[in-house]
Amino acid sequence: MAYPKEFRYSRTHEWVKMDGDVATIGITQFAQEQLGDVVFVEAPAVGKKLGAGDSSGNIESVKAVSEIFAPIAGEVVEVNAELQAHPELINQDPHGRGWLMRLKVAGAGEELLDAAAYEAFLAEEGAH
Amino acid sequence: MDLKRTPLFSCHVEAGGRIVPFAGWEMPVQYRGVIEEHRAVRTGVGLFDVSHMGEIEVTGGRALEFLQHVTCNDVAKLVAGRAHYSGLMTPRGTFVDDLLVHKMSDDRYFLVVNAANTEKDYAYLCAQVNGFGDADVRDASADWAQIAVQGPRALELGQRFTSARLAEIKYYRFVEDDFGGARAIIARTGYTGEDGLEVYVAPDAAAGLWRELLRVGADLGVAPCGLGARDTLRFEACMALYGNDIDDTTTPLEAGLEWIVKTDKGPFLGRDALLRQQEQGIPRTLIGFEVTGRGIARHGYPIWAGGRHAGVVTSGTHAPTLNKPLGLGYVPLEFAAEGTPLEIEIRGQRVGAVVVPTPFYRRPR
Repeated sequence: MAYPKEFRYSRTHEWVKMDGDVATIGITQFAQEQLGDVVFVEAPAVGKKLGAGDSSGNIESVKAVSEIFAPIAGEVVEVNAELQAHPELINQDPHGRGWLMRLKVAGAGEELLDAAAYEAFLAEEGAH
Repeated sequence: MDLKRTPLFSCHVEAGGRIVPFAGWEMPVQYRGVIEEHRAVRTGVGLFDVSHMGEIEVTGGRALEFLQHVTCNDVAKLVAGRAHYSGLMTPRGTFVDDLLVHKMSDDRYFLVVNAANTEKDYAYLCAQVNGFGDADVRDASADWAQIAVQGPRALELGQRFTSARLAEIKYYRFVEDDFGGARAIIARTGYTGEDGLEVYVAPDAAAGLWRELLRVGADLGVAPCGLGARDTLRFEACMALYGNDIDDTTTPLEAGLEWIVKTDKGPFLGRDALLRQQEQGIPRTLIGFEVTGRGIARHGYPIWAGGRHAGVVTSGTHAPTLNKPLGLGYVPLEFAAEGTPLEIEIRGQRVGAVVVPTPFYRRPR
């Protein structure tokens, strides 16, 4: 699967899509493959302020629980309510309907990777 | 330490299995997905590579006496061609391991043990067999690959590979016969809560057999399954997992396995401790619970009851067939009754749960 060019990516396998000062955040195709079947999502509360790299919830698969990290600093303005009833959207459409949350951000997340750099990062980790 | 590979390793890689380290082995945790594989076994048939499990042979004129001494079930009740589930016991009545004991003949028994415990069990048996005279213990793990064929259509698939009449092999019995051209032990056993077979063959016959099972079973929708589905399937059926639900601190009585404790068979390791528990009562018991709040209980999470930290979760996940978050854990007897409210501490937050009957899943017959 191609990683969308308009997204930016963290080394902890989240993606960020900027729209003005609002960042939509999800986990990458690679991350959902690693997790396996997602059965429960614990999202942060709206209004919560997160620093870059902060733990911001958990995704439970049948196998295990994984932390979600905020790839960029900001305040939670919306969480994907559809995931409460349909956590499998994270597997089915990780870069689309499986988005996790929206943050109002101040900076641009300079340390994030573009699609090509993220794919190179995955190739480096390529033992997977 | 280098990880070991089963004879089916290349089959798993070919089929896109995701390989993870498990108990010293490189094993597939899933192929297409845990839930899909889980459903294939509940509704059709799935294949599992369980070649990592250990096989230990106990032979000799005193093999029976020896096994009576080290395990808690009554081996004298077995006749050739029958197997039973049992516990390898410490002197404290706790589990060194749980295992299957197959009686091949009066002086030959075939033990199947957990992969992670094979070396420990073998060493323990060797230490115990000293002074027993005519009883020998041999680690035969390298002689055997094992394929589990599990699900309501497992016998239909298996029957295409053997002239042995599989439907006539009753539960927990086995035959030695040809299976797909290989000499095999074909047992009506499993770890999924479904009907099925566990087929033991020589390692060099395993890969060909695995591929043939997939090819010949295509019309039955046979699915290769990984350790992920094996765990969710056994969990729904409430079959204990060593290292999670049972270990060398838990007795079979605490684990709800009193049916494998035969204190009337005569002396054996741990019998005194188990008799004491039978007389005085057990301090805690393994219960099933449903998480009624939001979240999933996992191994090691604290259980709260009656306002105190009362126990610990031993297994938990979102059960795929039942489609709800369930768990197993130990609590004192006063909190074990069905309907008792509990709380599970999930990452620092207490979430509601309630004691429910086990097993969670029982196959329709």
